[in-house]
Amino acid sequence: MTTEIPETARPRLLKGVRTRFDKARDTWLLLAPERTLELDAVAAAILAEVDGVRSFGEVIDTLAAKYDAPRERISADVRTFLSSLVERRMLEIDVP
Amino acid sequence: MTQVSAPRAGPRIQVPMAMLAELTHRCPLACPYCSNPVDLVRRSGELSTQEWVDVFQQAADLGVLHLHLSGGEPAARHDLEELVAASTGAELYSNLITSGVGLTEARLEKLAANGLDHVQLSLQGVDHETADLYGGYKGGFDRKIAVAGWTVKLGLPLTINAVMHRHNLSTLDLMIDLAVNLGARRLEVATVQFHGWAEKNKAALMPTREQVQKAGEMVHAARQRLTGVLVIDYVPADYYATYPKACMGGWASTSLNIAPDGQVLPCHAAPTIPWLTFDNVRQRPLKEIWTHSEAFNAFRGDEWMQEPCRSCARKAVDFGGCRCQAMALAGDAAATDPACSKSPLHADLLAAAEAASSTRDADLTYRRMPALKQPARTHNA
Repeated sequence: MTTEIPETARPRLLKGVRTRFDKARDTWLLLAPERTLELDAVAAAILAEVDGVRSFGEVIDTLAAKYDAPRERISADVRTFLSSLVERRMLEIDVP
Repeated sequence: MTQVSAPRAGPRIQVPMAMLAELTHRCPLACPYCSNPVDLVRRSGELSTQEWVDVFQQAADLGVLHLHLSGGEPAARHDLEELVAASTGAELYSNLITSGVGLTEARLEKLAANGLDHVQLSLQGVDHETADLYGGYKGGFDRKIAVAGWTVKLGLPLTINAVMHRHNLSTLDLMIDLAVNLGARRLEVATVQFHGWAEKNKAALMPTREQVQKAGEMVHAARQRLTGVLVIDYVPADYYATYPKACMGGWASTSLNIAPDGQVLPCHAAPTIPWLTFDNVRQRPLKEIWTHSEAFNAFRGDEWMQEPCRSCARKAVDFGGCRCQAMALAGDAAATDPACSKSPLHADLLAAAEAASSTRDADLTYRRMPALKQPARTHNA
């Protein structure tokens, strides 16, 4: 299941869900109620741009420019990952 | 040949993910299935604020990520606000596991301001009657509903922890609806595990096989229906299962418990294994305890296993089940958990569970602190 995310919608991590770098395991993590997700490089890069202010479209633009990758591919990656966080009640998409 | 030999290479010691801090055993509720030990620690034996603050930092240094502030009722500690601040200072993800009784809106605001990450609220039933009967505290249900409201208002994630047994398992659908209506993001459906006080109440609380089967179906359907609304974690009744629960994700592999008096336990029921000895944070650094404590190393890895576990393909999946349950039911903590269908004791266990589940009018033994002195004839709380 992939949630429809309009380009103008603003994704944000819910309160009580946060990233942190873990020195003991040498990796980025997403901490949430009773959950710990190990973030790979792609996931960490996406969440670094999700600030609750910028829109989904802006997040994709930023990542496409930063990693010099096709916009369609970035868009698909971001959509899949953010949808999985929505399903787990870790992220909300504010539709204007 | 010398007496001293080099230590044998033991199982790999992992970095723990979570620590359960039982701040106190004091609790206004008296749930007859409380997971606390039957021998409760008194207030005078509890670690001080400074001792807890120090343990939190040691845990963070050890690699612990999640700190579960539990009890008893953690709000019975007047320094809870300070302890949450210390958890935040140590960069731990703090989870308050509470009955709700003892919290006010102002207190919860202060806890949130001090960095509390998550509130896990227990519900003993879906209405006053059931909840207050099984919580052993009149008016408890209303207080809990209020706490849920304050938590959601503050934007904090709310988990409803519903302990289910024969008398409320049939209302699971209502519990799921209630959790959604309260604005919970997560629901933990925990079928009573028969340790501690629950062991005394097996006849009164044991669910029927039919209830357990229906509950599994309700959870499955609700997960489909509520994807993106409510996350449901489910601890089934393992007596009726084919395979045992992967207790603690493997003994001494991912988490540790600190009892109110500073004793460090691999799980909260570990003291029911009589030959284990436990270390205390008052005497030994936490890292040393995690690595070297006899109790932690007793069942690390799989060297301790007997048949049928030893040659079982699932030994890395469920780790032979629960050591404390093996102790209680097989009389041997290294035996296969009798909840496993491969255990020679499984058929007897199943028969006993079914017999218990059809007991009528069994009395409940409520959790309570032992009397202070010799049992007095009057005023014996």
